[in-house]
Amino acid sequence: MRSDTGKLSLILLMTPFALWIVLLIILPQAGIGYVSLQEKVGPRQYEFGFKNYMDFLGEPIYWNTLLRTAWMSILVTILALMIGFPVAYYIAKIAKKQARAGLFLLCLIPLWVSDLVRAFGWIVLLRETGIISGALQWLGIIGEPVEMLYNDMTVIIGLVYTVVLFMIVPLVSTLDGMDDALLEAGYNLGGSRFTVFRRIIVPYAMPGIVSGCIITFMLTAGSYLTPILLGGKNSSWFTEQIYNQFITRYNWEAGATFGVLLLLFTSFVVWAGLRLTGQSLATTVAKE
Amino acid sequence: MNSANRSPFLGFVYRAYVVIFFIYLVAPLLAAGVFAFNDSMFPSLPWQGFTLDWFFNDTEPKLGMFHDDRLLRGLGNSLYIGVIVSALAVIAGTCNAFLFVRKEFPFKNALYVLMVVPLVIPGVILGIAILVFASMIANGIDNVFDFNPTWLRPGIPLIVLGQFSFLTTITSLVIAARLQKFDESLEEAALNLGASRGRVLATVTLPYLVPALFSAFVVAFLVSFENFNTTLMLVGSDAPLTITMYDRMVKVGSTPVLNAVSVFLMIGSGLLALLSVVVQRNKEDA
Repeated sequence: MRSDTGKLSLILLMTPFALWIVLLIILPQAGIGYVSLQEKVGPRQYEFGFKNYMDFLGEPIYWNTLLRTAWMSILVTILALMIGFPVAYYIAKIAKKQARAGLFLLCLIPLWVSDLVRAFGWIVLLRETGIISGALQWLGIIGEPVEMLYNDMTVIIGLVYTVVLFMIVPLVSTLDGMDDALLEAGYNLGGSRFTVFRRIIVPYAMPGIVSGCIITFMLTAGSYLTPILLGGKNSSWFTEQIYNQFITRYNWEAGATFGVLLLLFTSFVVWAGLRLTGQSLATTVAKE
Repeated sequence: MNSANRSPFLGFVYRAYVVIFFIYLVAPLLAAGVFAFNDSMFPSLPWQGFTLDWFFNDTEPKLGMFHDDRLLRGLGNSLYIGVIVSALAVIAGTCNAFLFVRKEFPFKNALYVLMVVPLVIPGVILGIAILVFASMIANGIDNVFDFNPTWLRPGIPLIVLGQFSFLTTITSLVIAARLQKFDESLEEAALNLGASRGRVLATVTLPYLVPALFSAFVVAFLVSFENFNTTLMLVGSDAPLTITMYDRMVKVGSTPVLNAVSVFLMIGSGLLALLSVVVQRNKEDA
């Protein structure tokens, strides 16, 4: 009797989970995989084949965009880690106890503001008639307005801005659990600052670093608004290509192919990152 | 006793760095916010004096956001989508939390990873995948039954499905974290005192989960409200606010009414987030 109700409740709880994962995740992903393997041979006529992938390889603009998105995402991830780590360490270990919660909350506030608002803020700051250009003129540093939008530098600054919080939050929660006695021990044993950092702090923070990097990388590679609004027409971001194929050109086969490629690429980077650091998805991303 | 405290100079540099970082964090938000109150046609310097026109004025050319029908409709759609999808995600998330915290079954670890996976799929891809899959089903139904299921075409129902697909992961994780801390002997005590299983769930376990359910709902609502990537691929004629704003930005260029919407969004989400923190803290102290 007891085990029957147990089994029944297991089935009842499993049903929504299974419906969700199968209908909204697995089958749709399989769906774009299927569409990407459809070759158009005539109006409303399709055959199975790899033509869409061949087209992708044959057109340098496409794979250059993917490569560009890839290396810029990796660059943004590294920058976010380098910029975010000292801040996370400060919040978790150096700030006074009362200040800690406040600083952490301050970190979270922009997290709740839409990407769009943040990108819009950067536009107001950086464009030709923007605040920074105006301030520099007022100070006499520059003679005439400068356009600071629409270049790679700005896109990177904006992307780091958008994702750095997702780096800091897991880092703070990992570093928070570190016992100061570990650091004391490191110094007492004669370790220099650098040694303590490399041999104690970094290994301890590794789960936080990995999960921060994964989230940051995914968000960057999949971002749409920031590169397009801050980079303008020449941003050549891969998600923009996907959007163009799907919505502007209505070429779903090519769009699905690009989608599959982006997914494969990001999954590969996440897998490689987990593999290299010996972590798993369940111990990093899911910890929050 | 940390390394930075040992040298006053390094300590100062470190603190200065953190201050600069927070300026970097706040600057664009401040810039987006301040120009909502500038009495000018463009969100840029020079400062022309303080005004609330971009919120409340009811005539062109300075149409305030609370009189701009398209923006208001976008806001309405966003609220509608947000409430529905968050409620669904909290319900599904609660089921998932009980499934993974309380039950044992084969392939549990693999399925747990599967539950987390939607968070690491780029939003654009979740969007196109659901668009493609829904269209396949819709075309199939159309061919067989000669009937076009409009709710499987781009529009609010698809946006809800698309956002639900990854919000459920977030709500599941939030609720599961709380359920994990629950002391199961409380349930056993209630059972021993003669309460039925349903009664225990309703009077012991669920009340304990309420703060987590509430904060999961708020998080899901905020993420849904500001979601752009997934929504962009699934949007039909009823666009939510972020899409309306983006359209305006691209087609009309930036006008201070967008700054006004930004201020409104910042205040709204700030208050909600604060509320969720307060509820969480009160319950934990109690």
